[in-house]
Amino acid sequence: MDTLLAIILGIFFGFALQRVGANNPQNIINMLRLKDLHLMKAIFFAIGISSTLLFLLMAVGIIDSGHLSVKSSYFGVILGGALLGLGFAIAGYCPGTSLTALADGRKDALFFVGGGLVGALVYTLVYGTIEETWLFDKIAGGKVMLATGSEKFEPLLPMIPGTLLAVAIGIVFMLIAWKLPEKI
Amino acid sequence: MSGQLNWFKGGLLLGAAFLFAVALVKPIGVSTQFVIADGIIWNLFSDTIVQENPERKTGYSSPNAYLDKSDGKYAKNIANPINYSFIFVLAMIAGAFLSSKLGGPTPSAQDRQAPQVWRQRFGENPFARYIIVFFAGILVLFGARLAGGCTSGHMMSGMMQTSLSGYLFALGAFAAAIPAAILIYKRK
Repeated sequence: MDTLLAIILGIFFGFALQRVGANNPQNIINMLRLKDLHLMKAIFFAIGISSTLLFLLMAVGIIDSGHLSVKSSYFGVILGGALLGLGFAIAGYCPGTSLTALADGRKDALFFVGGGLVGALVYTLVYGTIEETWLFDKIAGGKVMLATGSEKFEPLLPMIPGTLLAVAIGIVFMLIAWKLPEKI
Repeated sequence: MSGQLNWFKGGLLLGAAFLFAVALVKPIGVSTQFVIADGIIWNLFSDTIVQENPERKTGYSSPNAYLDKSDGKYAKNIANPINYSFIFVLAMIAGAFLSSKLGGPTPSAQDRQAPQVWRQRFGENPFARYIIVFFAGILVLFGARLAGGCTSGHMMSGMMQTSLSGYLFALGAFAAAIPAAILIYKRK
């Protein structure tokens, strides 16, 4: 059952990435150099609508909040994000889109994936020497979310009803998606 | 490019993928599977990198600190490649292939070597692109593993759940990526 779901959901996600143009490094680079915000608008809209529906459907009990999986916050998240951002700007690929770009027959994606396997291996080998450093010092308690709604993860803003907060953020994201200019 | 959805329809489709995944199983993530793929290859050549360990909840351990992390979770997935997250990532490639065959955007032969913005700036030689992109791949996956996730897991899935880590990741990524892209490719 899990394998079947992995196949269906994976196909759906790969289809969506290809169809929105995320496989195309031209679109990523033009987003990052602030020329063409097509993908930025799609990303804001995707996060906004999925977050809004997720919290509404959790509130009425249709989605099990036990499915949430919040990642830890630590200094390495910001530094790692910046390293990723640098490579993302150079190549126009992120880990997911480099794989789906293989299906477009993009040869540069093949080299990116090769580099990615090397980068992941280097990290696997050095992790043991950095795991005790400040890089992994937690920020705001680690596995935290802004909104309430999960029994497993602590909310940062417990005074605000979680569904209300998440829906409000979701609506702001959708408004940003709508209002951002497409071409600059 | 023809076949590409506009931001509204494309965002809706992308949002649906993230929502269905968390509704039915768990949030989408990709970059861990680069580690699992490395581990599967490593495991072909080593008898010791993944070991069965009945004392563990997962049943596996590894002499490598990273693969041994979280009670040997990665070691377990390396020993059992037919697991949800690894199959999911392989299926993504199939889904993208399906989309391109069913009227999605298709790149030209030149675009398959390097995007136009690269060719305009650095010329037509594809090998320069391949070498630089290889190193960019090293940087991206090293960074993603240090951060504990990538654009899918941290940014999209994370911000959808209102995780603080998703916001921190997006901040770090775009604070580096936007100036870098403008410096490298200019705005003209």
